[in-house]
Amino acid sequence: MPAEIPHILSLVTFLPLIGAGLILLARFAMKGGADSAARWIALGTTLATLAVATVLVLQFDPANAGYQFIERYEWFAAAQYHLGVDGISILFVLLTAFLMPICILASWKTINDRVVDYMVAFLVLQTLVIGVFTALDLFLFYIFFEGTLVPMFIIIGVWGGANRIYAAYKFFLYTLLGSVLMLLAMLWMAYTAGTTSIPELKTFAFSPAAQPLLWLAFFASFAVKMPMWPVHTWLPDAHVQAPTAGSVILAGILLKLGGYGFILFNVPMFPLASQMFAPLVFALSAIAIVYTSLVAFRQTDMKKLIAYSSVAHMGFVTMGIFAGNAIGMQGAVFQMLSHGLISGALFLCVGVVYDRMHTREIAFYGGLTSKMPWFAAIFLMFTMANVGLPGTSGFIGEILTLTGVYQASTWTAFIAASGVILSAVYALTLYRNVMFGEITNPALKAITDIDRRELLIFVPLIVGTIWLGVHPGLVLDYTAASVEALTTTYHAAIGG
Amino acid sequence: MPDLIPALHLSAPELTLAIGGLVLLMLGAFAGEKSTRLVSLLSVALLVAASAVAATGPLGSAFNGAYVADPLAVYGKIVIYLSSAVAIILGTGWMERARIARFEYPVLIVLAAVGMSMMASSGDLISLYVGIELHSLALYVLAAYHRDDLKASEAGLKYFVLGALSSGLLLYGASLIYGFTGSMRFEDIAVVAASGDAGTGLIFGLVFLICGLAFKVSAAPFHMWTPDVYEGAPTPVVALFATAPKMAAMVLIARALSEGFGGAHDQWAQVIILISLISFAVGAFGGLAQKDFQRLLAYSSIANIGYALLAIAAGTQAGLQAMLMFMTLYVIDQMGFFAILLSLSKGGKPIRRIADLAGLKRDRPLTAIALTILSLSVLGMPPFSGFWAKYYVFGAAAGAGYWMVAAVGLVASVVAAFYYLRIIKLMWFDAPLDDVPTDKAPVEAQWIGWACAAFAFPLVIVGLTWLEPLTRAAASGFGAG
Repeated sequence: MPAEIPHILSLVTFLPLIGAGLILLARFAMKGGADSAARWIALGTTLATLAVATVLVLQFDPANAGYQFIERYEWFAAAQYHLGVDGISILFVLLTAFLMPICILASWKTINDRVVDYMVAFLVLQTLVIGVFTALDLFLFYIFFEGTLVPMFIIIGVWGGANRIYAAYKFFLYTLLGSVLMLLAMLWMAYTAGTTSIPELKTFAFSPAAQPLLWLAFFASFAVKMPMWPVHTWLPDAHVQAPTAGSVILAGILLKLGGYGFILFNVPMFPLASQMFAPLVFALSAIAIVYTSLVAFRQTDMKKLIAYSSVAHMGFVTMGIFAGNAIGMQGAVFQMLSHGLISGALFLCVGVVYDRMHTREIAFYGGLTSKMPWFAAIFLMFTMANVGLPGTSGFIGEILTLTGVYQASTWTAFIAASGVILSAVYALTLYRNVMFGEITNPALKAITDIDRRELLIFVPLIVGTIWLGVHPGLVLDYTAASVEALTTTYHAAIGG
Repeated sequence: MPDLIPALHLSAPELTLAIGGLVLLMLGAFAGEKSTRLVSLLSVALLVAASAVAATGPLGSAFNGAYVADPLAVYGKIVIYLSSAVAIILGTGWMERARIARFEYPVLIVLAAVGMSMMASSGDLISLYVGIELHSLALYVLAAYHRDDLKASEAGLKYFVLGALSSGLLLYGASLIYGFTGSMRFEDIAVVAASGDAGTGLIFGLVFLICGLAFKVSAAPFHMWTPDVYEGAPTPVVALFATAPKMAAMVLIARALSEGFGGAHDQWAQVIILISLISFAVGAFGGLAQKDFQRLLAYSSIANIGYALLAIAAGTQAGLQAMLMFMTLYVIDQMGFFAILLSLSKGGKPIRRIADLAGLKRDRPLTAIALTILSLSVLGMPPFSGFWAKYYVFGAAAGAGYWMVAAVGLVASVVAAFYYLRIIKLMWFDAPLDDVPTDKAPVEAQWIGWACAAFAFPLVIVGLTWLEPLTRAAASGFGAG
């Protein structure tokens, strides 16, 4: 076990910000030509963050259900600087730290315009996202949660596709509208409970009359972020216009903020309302799974297809969280982590062909297998993982959430299970249209297979997906204690 | 007159400014145009000195209760004096470049500051009116200061005519209040208002008074003059309009309502809330289609005044603190906006249209960052200062039970987010409209702009820890607790 690092949570949260500062310094010192330095500093910082996050995970005691590595300082009357991680949030910290170097590498050659700004935006985003997962103060959480909008707005708006401005606005305003209601609920909670500390609020019994309203306010924010049907429409636009690495971050991490929020706020703080609204969540999730899967099938743009598939997969997460049992919750957390790897990898796959041909139209492609055998293998693997093939992490998440939901609502599980089949339909159709057959488009004759940098990006994702698929205990051991504690108090609160 | 010496001591900040302002006027009149820079410099020094006097002076009331020096007044005065000083600094260079530099500009601002100071300290209806008129007269002249410019003259005239109308409303309200309570002093009015004897007549007077004051803070539906005056008046003058007088009027409203009509909170809270709601809507939707930057800022200020009024409507000590917090952070943000606007020009012409900001990132990266920070701050994005300002306001409103109003305000802030995002979008996403580079920026405006942005973030993280106790102390003694 490595030596204790003091303030390790602050370190892992703010290390990327320090990297961003270094990049800006390099720019002023070098007066242009800092692009290459910016790339290396960004890579170095994200790898260092990954190292610190790994140490954090190794030092974490999975048997302890409470928050660990707590740092708490008075700030001013309105908020405290209060950090800590439990068995659930620590895994999201690790996921963020894991995906970021991949994003930086994925942007290595494709981003040549305003590289310094780009890297700074990504590092700032990383600090904010990790901050969301480590914050234990209501308003500190809100600061980080809302803060993520700004760098993402800039990433989509500056380096995005042709229709980027529309997508950036839509992304920003949609999510902002969701979160202002959450802010109002937070103000009420702080006022009523007299504390802004999340662990203390979890033990505070909000009155049964207030719970539904508070629950809905938080739900508005997290459902948009997640995104759940019918407020998912910003996601396909944002994904299609964002640069590849932006899509990876969006699907891999930012969507998880919604699920994490449900686990952090809705279930433990408003158990009565959670029970009351569980059928609503089930219905929306089931619709999301079936409807967006069907929509995904009809897409002509690869990124849009994967974006809709993300919405469908997030449907499993939401119903798992509100199933009210440990296995559903475990499955939801697992599904989020697994989806972070798989959808990230799928967007990277699209990025590979997009970088070569500068189009994402499915009809443009066909028969790539003969020219890109390595790529074909990797893409196939992640397509299968997306479908939920046993042996990949996608399977574990789906089977756990379905089992959990089956106990809570058999019909929901029944409908949702059909989504597994539907996902096979659209994912395999995509794969067939892009990869199999003869090359009919002459533009594709000269397409090259992936190079070493791209392979390097995919290796950790492949390892992660298979490893979690074969040995899910890796994750479940960490989450078990926290999830157990969560569901026990939940059942105590609803009296069942 | 045994009370005179302590009374003069109590009103030392106003006396300093009034006498100093007259001396500077004489200096300018005798030394002529060449003394402009000296007079400006001395005016700034005078305002800074006056804030020091105010900060260290004694507390109490004088002139038979007409003049109050309490922590609230002192806090308001310091903000008023300092923002007036910044407006002089911003204006001097600008006036020189526009070839309209005259020594009257700083002197008028000093005299306006005396009036605003009176507003912050007024303890009865007479000093309230005198304070308002004193500062308004100076501001009317300032609005039309660029007298050869058609739009500035129009702005001055519009402001004057509508200002006179609102003064009439205010006076009529004051006379009704006097008629139904038999006193001018807030303390005496409070007794009658709390007993509920005065009835409908007093409420009528109160509503007229609120309407007159709402005009002064440009709250909707009394905002019609604001966009035109903001567009027409010289930019540094608008920088003053947007900051110091707003602070003075908010302190005045807070004092008149919570001190004079504390017992009738239920009555005036409804009016104030209605005004806030309309201001949210007008500010948010009116700003969407604006093309002129200063007009946009006018709508932004209308919306923001709505938030500050909502804090007052809470009627609690927390509400008053929230108002002071909000106004302080708002004043800094607005100063930053105007300073940056003053620092931008292309081919010798100041940038007026929002679209001219396109591609600013290329020419002036630091200024673009500063403007981005300020936009995000006014938008209410955490952790920028504007978020904390709104945080306090909505916290106070929520504490007073105004949930739906707070929800409407928050939703309106999402609508308004669109136009602030547009500023960011233009600077960062778009290419410049033409190849004309922006001119070299005047040093003082640029630095003030950067400093205000730096305060909005990241300095605010530390700044809040000392603003919080300051505003809390200033708000103590008001409201129900």
